[in-house]
Amino acid sequence: MMKPQEFTESRHNFEECTKCTVCTAYCPVLQVNPLYPGPKQAGPDGERLRLKDPYFFNYALKYCLNCKRCEVACPSEVNVADLIQSARIRYDKSPTKLRDRILASTDLMGTLARPVAPIVNGVTSLGITKTAMDAFLKIDRQRTFPTYSMQSFEHWLHRRRKEQAAFPEQVAYFHGCYVNYNYPQLGKDLVKVLNALGVGVQLLEKEKCCGIALITNGLSAQATRQARHNVAALGKAVDAGLKVVTTSSTCTLTLRDEYPGVLQVDNSAVRDSILMATRFIFEKLEKGATLRFRPDFHKKIAYHTPCHLEKLGWGIFSERLLRMIPGVEFVMLDSACCGIAGTYGFKKENYQASQEIGAALFDQIKAVNPDLVACDCETCKWQIEMSTGYPVANPISILAEALE
Amino acid sequence: MRYDTVIIGGGLAGLAAGISLQKEGRSCAIVSTGQNALHFFSGTFESIQEPDQRILDLFNGAGIHVHYKKGVRLMPLGSFRESGLSLEDVSLFPTPKIGRKVLIVNFTGYHDFFSAFLAEGLEKQGMECRIRFLNLPEFANFSAMRSVQIARKMDIAWEKVVQEVRLLIKDEDTVVLPQVFGLRETAVVSRIRQGIPAQVVFAGTMPPSVPGIRTQMQLKQRFEVLGGTYLMGDRVLKAHVHDGVVHSIVTKNLDQHYLEADSFILATGGFFSKGLKSNPFQVSEPIFGLDVEYALDRNQWYNPSFAADQPYMAYGVKTDAQLKALRQGESLKNLYAIGSILGQSHPELGSGAGLAIRSAFAAADDILSTPSV
Repeated sequence: MMKPQEFTESRHNFEECTKCTVCTAYCPVLQVNPLYPGPKQAGPDGERLRLKDPYFFNYALKYCLNCKRCEVACPSEVNVADLIQSARIRYDKSPTKLRDRILASTDLMGTLARPVAPIVNGVTSLGITKTAMDAFLKIDRQRTFPTYSMQSFEHWLHRRRKEQAAFPEQVAYFHGCYVNYNYPQLGKDLVKVLNALGVGVQLLEKEKCCGIALITNGLSAQATRQARHNVAALGKAVDAGLKVVTTSSTCTLTLRDEYPGVLQVDNSAVRDSILMATRFIFEKLEKGATLRFRPDFHKKIAYHTPCHLEKLGWGIFSERLLRMIPGVEFVMLDSACCGIAGTYGFKKENYQASQEIGAALFDQIKAVNPDLVACDCETCKWQIEMSTGYPVANPISILAEALE
Repeated sequence: MRYDTVIIGGGLAGLAAGISLQKEGRSCAIVSTGQNALHFFSGTFESIQEPDQRILDLFNGAGIHVHYKKGVRLMPLGSFRESGLSLEDVSLFPTPKIGRKVLIVNFTGYHDFFSAFLAEGLEKQGMECRIRFLNLPEFANFSAMRSVQIARKMDIAWEKVVQEVRLLIKDEDTVVLPQVFGLRETAVVSRIRQGIPAQVVFAGTMPPSVPGIRTQMQLKQRFEVLGGTYLMGDRVLKAHVHDGVVHSIVTKNLDQHYLEADSFILATGGFFSKGLKSNPFQVSEPIFGLDVEYALDRNQWYNPSFAADQPYMAYGVKTDAQLKALRQGESLKNLYAIGSILGQSHPELGSGAGLAIRSAFAAADDILSTPSV
């Protein structure tokens, strides 16, 4: 018997689009940038045309933040953002600008900057450097640059590998570029919390940047190479029976969903073993493990769910963990994009849109007036700290601080 | 993760059930595959006329202003339909006449509001109409004008519309505007009414519906303030059922992390939202494989006359009197079906919004009648 449904599957599910326009109501870019055609037109509508003739590719697709809010809102499960990013990979033949290469090469920049971190940090915070980067590279001068750390997280953990191996249970940690080069403290906080649960932390054999910045900056060939490398490295850990935990929602989404969805790199052998550390910890506690918290920890915490965590659907784990800490007054912020979207907000042409997108969130944070904003994404952290003045911490760091 | 009740589907029915249960201290999670039919909402809750106090409490509790008056309401193309419980955006009239002279105001470049058809419709019924367009600097450069984009700007710049319309009015007693006001700033609708020295009527646009999205946000927020968990953008893949009892469900995002509960509510809607599925051979309910009421002869599913009543619209899952869903003729002990997945097999519950809200209340009451474990 013929089953017609088997023949109606389309790339990124785009044939499922019923033109209902729901996605257009949730696109943060469409709210502020009149040049962007919006997710429906850029995604499934445009795909029909592009399949007929690549001439119909629209360069305004570069304004897509890849926040995936269209996909979360879509009642028909069309992978709207994947359609847009895939179209950019397939049809956008314009050469990648030097600036975009620099912004996308988080691994390389980290490696170069680390040994001379204090100098780099000093120089990038100078007004004259910002003016020069603004003028020559079109990196907006109003941005605060992330600082680099002298000692990489990999180096720090490698020196502790024996003591970590002594724990009865083991996990591997995909730390990402941010923890490795910019903020090793988050990695150290994770180690502290996992150790308190009797879990030791290992490095992957050699991880590379997840590649999200390469994908969004038109460097998909390099992103694909890194994806293959990472899938192999993750595979070794998974074969050894380890779960792989992460502390960045964007790295996690990239490893799990962008590899097969956008780069067409098969990760089926490792995908289900990659978990946000918050989920891993929550599940351990659910099975009876306990954490002992300080009695003197008192903080009002406003939680911001990063777009990519919203897409993963795992915000509940961060929320539940934070609510579990005695002394925490928890406020859930409205689900909204902060506007930075990785490297997007650093670009001069996007700066204003980036700040306008985040305005509602910033206003809400100021109205809540918390001691601390919690969030599982490093670039949201930069954006919110710069735009509101409130400190932002990963839920894992908050857990670590609250531990006895 | 464990809840008292897990609700599958986050539209009007799911939210009404979730709010009712959370209010009584039961913990609920709603799993929703994207947004829902409220995004196509006209502003009138079909088949609810004289609302009872419980329905009013549901809306008032969420800060949603509703009203009812016997009579008719204006449709987007100038015709009229029987009135029902409505959002404040929707004007209700005793007879199909909104005024003597009508000024219809649209935004230049906004194609989802059919001012010419609307005028034609009203003129046929003896109302004199004039159409004018507003050209506001807020919409310079807009590549595609849509209701929500306009509403976002109008949340801030609504006073400009008031000023411009005041200048446009000659001897009209009624002004018709598209339903694109008050997305986040809910007071904008009444402020526009107060500012314009004529009766202001808002008429429906093509989706997305601004009053519908506002209603969705308010209900969802109410559910969350009461402590409910709303999982947006996730899909239930399957359920674990043993001896007629649903133990847990598996979702796409949470995979091996099952959602467990004492009771489950299925509010996944009809064909459009895939609560029901069809192929050339059968109509089915995809998550639990519930019994579905439908004609075995496919030729009887639809009426070749497009505008006629379509039989498939009445198809829905079978339930017992407590709305517990049937599978292979037996009711599952802790699974309720509510909202449009019931088709019109429960005429006493009404259709559309009436069905959604009344069945949600009925299921919630049955759940509340058993003590929480």
